[in-house]
Amino acid sequence: MKSLLSLIALAAALGGGVAQAQYTDGIIKIGVMNDMSGTYKDLSGQGSVIAARMAAEDFGAADKGMKVEIVGADHQNKPDVGSNIVRTWIDTDQVDVIVDVPTSSVALAVNEIVRDKNKVFLVSGAAASDLTGPQCTPNTIHWTYDTWALANGTGKAIVKTGGDTWFFLTANYAFGLALERDTAAVVVKNGGKVLGQVRHPFPATDFSSFLLQAQASKAKVIGLANAGADTINSIKQAAEFGIVQGGQSLAGLLVFITDVKALGLQTAQGLVLTEAWYWDQNDTNREFAKKFAEQNNGVYPSMVHAGVYSAVTHYLKAVEALKSDADGKAVVAKMKEMPTNDKLFGQGTVRADGRKIHPMYLFEVKKPAESKGPWDLYKLRATIPADEAFRPLSEGGCPLVNKS
Amino acid sequence: MLELLGISPQALFGQLLIGLINGSFYALLSLGLAVIFGMLNIINFTHGAQYMLGAFAAYFLLQYAGLGYWWALVLAPVLVGITGVIIERLFLQWLYKLDHLYGLLLTFGLALIIEGTFRNFFGSSGLPYSVPSQLTGGQNLGFMFLPNYRGWVVVFSLVVCLTTWFVIERTKLGAYLRAATENPTLVRAFGINVPRMITLTYGFGVALAALAGVMAAPIYSVSPQMGSNLIIVVFAVVVIGGMGSIMGAIVTGFGLGVIEGLTKVFFPEASNTVIFIVMAIVLLIRPAGLFGRTT
Amino acid sequence: MQRVAEQNAPPRLHSQSEMVAFAVMAAVLVIAPFVAYPMFLMKALCFALFACAFNLLIGYGGLLSFGHALFFGWASYAAAHLSKVGAISLPYPALLPKLSWHWLVIPLSPLPPELAILGGTVFAAILGLIVGALAIRRQGIYFAMITLALAQMMFFFAVQAPFTHGEDGIQAVPRGRLFGLVDLADSTNINMYMTVLVIFLGCFLLIYRIINSPFGEVLKAIRENEPRAISLGYKTDRYKLVAFVLSATFAGVAGATKALVFQLASLTDVDWPMSGEVVLMTLVGGLGTLFGPVAGAFFVVSLENYLATRIGQWVLVVQGLIFVLCVLVLRRGIIGELARLLRIKL
Repeated sequence: MKSLLSLIALAAALGGGVAQAQYTDGIIKIGVMNDMSGTYKDLSGQGSVIAARMAAEDFGAADKGMKVEIVGADHQNKPDVGSNIVRTWIDTDQVDVIVDVPTSSVALAVNEIVRDKNKVFLVSGAAASDLTGPQCTPNTIHWTYDTWALANGTGKAIVKTGGDTWFFLTANYAFGLALERDTAAVVVKNGGKVLGQVRHPFPATDFSSFLLQAQASKAKVIGLANAGADTINSIKQAAEFGIVQGGQSLAGLLVFITDVKALGLQTAQGLVLTEAWYWDQNDTNREFAKKFAEQNNGVYPSMVHAGVYSAVTHYLKAVEALKSDADGKAVVAKMKEMPTNDKLFGQGTVRADGRKIHPMYLFEVKKPAESKGPWDLYKLRATIPADEAFRPLSEGGCPLVNKS
Repeated sequence: MLELLGISPQALFGQLLIGLINGSFYALLSLGLAVIFGMLNIINFTHGAQYMLGAFAAYFLLQYAGLGYWWALVLAPVLVGITGVIIERLFLQWLYKLDHLYGLLLTFGLALIIEGTFRNFFGSSGLPYSVPSQLTGGQNLGFMFLPNYRGWVVVFSLVVCLTTWFVIERTKLGAYLRAATENPTLVRAFGINVPRMITLTYGFGVALAALAGVMAAPIYSVSPQMGSNLIIVVFAVVVIGGMGSIMGAIVTGFGLGVIEGLTKVFFPEASNTVIFIVMAIVLLIRPAGLFGRTT
Repeated sequence: MQRVAEQNAPPRLHSQSEMVAFAVMAAVLVIAPFVAYPMFLMKALCFALFACAFNLLIGYGGLLSFGHALFFGWASYAAAHLSKVGAISLPYPALLPKLSWHWLVIPLSPLPPELAILGGTVFAAILGLIVGALAIRRQGIYFAMITLALAQMMFFFAVQAPFTHGEDGIQAVPRGRLFGLVDLADSTNINMYMTVLVIFLGCFLLIYRIINSPFGEVLKAIRENEPRAISLGYKTDRYKLVAFVLSATFAGVAGATKALVFQLASLTDVDWPMSGEVVLMTLVGGLGTLFGPVAGAFFVVSLENYLATRIGQWVLVVQGLIFVLCVLVLRRGIIGELARLLRIKL
């Protein structure tokens, strides 16, 4: 017995030494990369780093003997900057997992690099549904939302409530065109009609001409297939030209709570949009939002921040179960195996193609009179249940799916 | 006949009017550039950043001093104009004896500094600035709904442009300015303080840019990048028009706005490159620019 | 009126200093990848070549192009496309049966790296010819503005053209096997680095040869006093155009190589800040000096690397400050000042 014990002790000492080294250089290093100075600064930015930290704290990493270090970097929405940072992080700084990365072009580039180097990529900020489609990898999980879910949520729900004729105002580049295509497909599938579209150059500042064309089409709904500053400007100028007063409604296909805040309720009222998470949905969310805002200059969390929190929590659980963070594929496989459960998104799963599944919500922006606080911006119009919210597994074209 | 092109005459007039609105900004900004270049022989790359400063000044005046749009129309150009005077005294005056290109490089550097600083503090999302209450709403002109504010932009820009033209081409002060451009030494010999005129001219050109910025604030977002995207187009406008004449800059600005507006109707995807294409064509046919004198 | 780069006109001296400096530079660069991070070095080398190309035009030709990113970026796209996809589709308008665009497809399979880089370079040269022919029609500041405007127009085109994939850029560009023998995708990056180094040193020597040839002398004469050159019977427009095309070609080599190094061609490479950066690098290093652009490129790339993880958002401001400082007090640039201090030619 004694010799067995000492053998075990020896094995533990050696194995423990080896197991320790399984956490590459002894630390679980989380790299939060996003836009810290540009258009997406408020919806991701430093806030995502805060969310990741809160996740590690709530997980109790320190108590469990896991050393977690979180680093942040600004990719400036440029794929080359993002690729460089990720390469340097992995090659020289022993970063184990990359988190967030809004701006689909950067996310797609990072997706490749992380797969080549066998680390983990948890996407919260980016929208491209290709990440769980043709570009899916065994190292990536697409957490919070994607273009398909947004198109499905906003498009389907609006058509069902009577908005059956559409006109698209599209940014003439790959992302905008994809958004238009996905939403148009949903509209048509649910019995609506697309009356036309106008493709504006990207980026644009003056939408008056395009809005006039949208007005002339007499479509009930004007779908804004653009993002960031373009969306904000389109909405602002639509208000100026009295589009909503004239009876047409605007559907924002990629709008975040931070955009609505920037626009102000006076301009954005009545806008319909889809998000994955809103701070005012229940007490847990509200408490999280308060704690978050205290650390984030009073800016409330967006769904991207919530996604980072949720993803990091689940990642740490998987790493704890495996006792290792070295093999990216293994960690992701574990994350797909374990059902998710965190205080912000509740229970959910991660599918074989890397898609995290949870319900999506259709919101409408409140009128100024209806709002009781600076961040009281949305009212809930509909809940899209988890099994309907995302693109069916078979339709994605993800090479991993065919294998299983 | 127009129906054949797929658009009704009413819609076309609407788009032309909108083109004029954009043209107002092109005209104001190229006017400022032309005035500065005429006097100082410097291409003011900082013009875009100063346009942005004008919009931000309007925003700050509202946020922190409670002063609305009408105050901003007067104060913002003055404030930004003063910064222009400072820039001229601190930096530009050392460059007059050097190659013109150094002026371009210096003002480019200044533009980067200004834009970079504002981007740090204000991100890129754009800040809200609302249309002044007296100008909200609009007129139903039959062929389109014209927001009052946009109508005001066209009218006021025309007034400012024509006043500037009048001052420079038809008054005594303008005569001094034009003379000093051609022969500064001789004008100095007449006892006129040429360096001060230069400084004030730069300040005035900058103030024009800031004025354009204030007018842009309610309709385009107030964001740190608003200048840099616009300035390159304005450069093209200036190359097309030639910097020889004030009236040339004004006419070209409005004209190109209209051309751009038409492109948005018939070929919207090309609407942000059409001005450059026109520039290429003008360079092939009339290198000095439509109103320019050969350099 | 002091012309740009005139202060760097060489004191009567031995170009032996240049040869020594070249030997030192080459030796350092050969050893460097074993000491420093090869990806960083390759980035610096590509930009050094880009800056050398730009310097050819401004330092020796006296022409400030503010749109050089056009050649750099589009060569990058061309090389990336040739390496990844190969097939070229050219649009042409057809009149019958009705006015429409047709595509002429040249079916090619993905090309090996040396041909991809060559393809990118040729593309840049063609663009250089077209842009140069338009821009040469005006002088000085107008020239700069025209190059800027044309580059911006091509930027907007890059955003919309299908083959560039807009914001995503052309990703996952394969590095391939050089001449079918050397695997450039090795994980240590040493093979790729040596290839880039050879390209850089080769082009550097070519540029040196061009500057110190009869053509180069005429170019410098045009820079100093164009009317006098015209009166001597030189067709200055033609010389300027050739210089422009050469500069565009070398910028193309830099861009094409960069696409393979980073396996990515994106919008950043054709955007106007990129044009501004190469001006900055050359200005900091020293306009009209041989090694100035190289030093400037390494300086700027290192600075950006350093700042990126610390105060990344202040990069624009820092760049602007350097511009202002250089124009006001450091017009000769680092190498220019060094050369003047040591009284040698660099």
